[in-house]
Amino acid sequence: MVVALLSIAIGATILSGLVSIYYDVPRQMGAEFRNYGANVIFTASGDSFTVSDINDAAAIFDSGDIVGTAPFRYENVRINEKPIVAAGTDPEGVKKTSPYWRITGQWLEGSGELLVGANVADTFRLKEGDFIDVYYTPEGSQSADENGERVVVEDNIKSFTVVGILDTGGKEEDYVYMTLADIEELTQADKGRADIAELSVSLSADELADVVDKINAQVSTVHASLVKRVTASEATVLTKLQALVLLVTVVVLALTMICVATTMTAVVAERRKEIGLRKAIGASDTSIIKEFMGESMLLGLFGGILGSVLGFVFAQQVSINVFSSSISFRPLLVPVTVLISMAVTGLSSLMPIRSATYVDPALVLKGE
Amino acid sequence: MSLLELKNVYKIYGELHALDDVNLKVEKGEWVSIMGPSGSGKSTMMNIIGCMDKPTKGEVLLDGVDISKQSKKNLTAIRRDKIGLIFQQFHLVNYLTAVENVMLAQYYHSIPDEKEALEALERVGLADRAKHLPSQLSGGEQQRVCVARALINYPEIILADEPTGNLDEANEEIVVDLFNKLHQDGTTLIVVTHDPEVAEVAQRKIVLRSGKITKVEENRNFTGKIRFDD
Ligand SMILES: Nc1ncnc2c1ncn2[C@@H]1O[C@H](COP(=O)(O)OP(=O)(O)O)[C@@H](O)[C@H]1O
Ligand SMILES: [Mg+2]
Repeated sequence: MVVALLSIAIGATILSGLVSIYYDVPRQMGAEFRNYGANVIFTASGDSFTVSDINDAAAIFDSGDIVGTAPFRYENVRINEKPIVAAGTDPEGVKKTSPYWRITGQWLEGSGELLVGANVADTFRLKEGDFIDVYYTPEGSQSADENGERVVVEDNIKSFTVVGILDTGGKEEDYVYMTLADIEELTQADKGRADIAELSVSLSADELADVVDKINAQVSTVHASLVKRVTASEATVLTKLQALVLLVTVVVLALTMICVATTMTAVVAERRKEIGLRKAIGASDTSIIKEFMGESMLLGLFGGILGSVLGFVFAQQVSINVFSSSISFRPLLVPVTVLISMAVTGLSSLMPIRSATYVDPALVLKGE
Repeated sequence: MSLLELKNVYKIYGELHALDDVNLKVEKGEWVSIMGPSGSGKSTMMNIIGCMDKPTKGEVLLDGVDISKQSKKNLTAIRRDKIGLIFQQFHLVNYLTAVENVMLAQYYHSIPDEKEALEALERVGLADRAKHLPSQLSGGEQQRVCVARALINYPEIILADEPTGNLDEANEEIVVDLFNKLHQDGTTLIVVTHDPEVAEVAQRKIVLRSGKITKVEENRNFTGKIRFDD
């Protein structure tokens, strides 16, 4: 009996736990996937767009869904006479959209600070704390002499402190990063301009596609697109995970049924004498079935209640350990788990209980 | 009309005639004992009378109803309404107290009534043991609980298959005294026993041998009291 109760409780635990996780997985996975970078990209639909265009477009999302927005403006600059790409951005936004960026030293925070890609740092032997001048040649300030030799005049120069070295494993390692304000100061041109914006939004692929269409329809300056690689793989992983959860649940339920059936068979066998006696003193088959069914339902009830509680604890632990966030308690899951565990117990007790009605009192009550 | 009548009853297992052309009449209120060596068919006969088994051939009339022709379901109902059973191995439900064991018979018969169940225990002298589990009772006490359980629904017949087989002389006497009380109240009693002293108390003694009734003895000086030889 204790074994059966335990097995039902465990079955119900896994059932309610996995169902909790099953329903929370999309949210959890969404949050998890946001660690792999932006899933929406804004580009200018015309020649260029501005940070305020980006904000207008981003406002179409529910503000709660947006994990982060990072605008980027790229310019060709020079360091130690070598051409290189400088990017101006919002450091707080990048932190959110690109949590996988690995920084040796400090994050970019304010004016006069430069975050240097690892390849750039190698080339110029730069390290944290170094001072460096960045040169920018404004348009129209370049001319050539009569021999065709290039003459550089009137470069804009700004001094920076290297605050950190950036490792991403991608093209970012070839760039240097500064704030948008600093790149505007360096170029002295195109105030507010941006070339691209990356957004990290916690919505499913379908929901994202809807909002992206809306943005493209409503904000003429912005062309929004999905980062297919991220959103698609997110959806695939989700489907696979949910299928896995479903499969495990079905297997666990089947195992529970086998265990309950085995236990009830043993219980009936163990109590053959008692069943025979009950029949001898007048119990009908129906009342024998009712009694054992009642016991098995009670077993299902307690197992289900126990399982609901343990299941929540189990799901909570899994969620905290795997996704490092807690799940919400679903009150509806308790009656559903209890009903399912009672149904499963009842169903798997059917055969053993039927066998109780075959007990022949004359045979089992006979001698030693 | 007799309360019970067996007419040419056979119970055949393969080649074995457990009952072989048994004819017997038992009147209402009669106290009959059945003796015979082991394997002579005593329990087989009791099971048939007790509606737990059917004869291979023959008629068994109980209150004018031929129970050899009834369905399993009807037999259960007849057993519940008309028969009280007492076994050698007591067969109490081990997780129920004495009074609950008595109430179990009420439950299947009609509705449990604790007051009445306690009165039945009082009749067998066990009022103070009502809340004890079978494991906390002596063999004699357990058998008295069984007697209380058998009489609780006022059956027409009480069938006892070796009721004193597991009891010492003192408890044997207590149980026989209880039978005598039941007899005085008009209950029909059929008692299978190995014990000549228990068999002698009855009004009529029947001896079975290889499934046949070989001897019937009337007790001319019936007292309802057991007499020990020594
Ligand atoms: N279910 C059965 N199947 C086969 N043989 C049986 C069965 N029940 C009883 N017998 C046989 O019938 C005979 C009478 O048995 P039983 O009535 O139990 O004897 P008693 O109670 O007098 O000792 C025995 O030989 C026994 O082996
Ligand atoms: Mg016997």
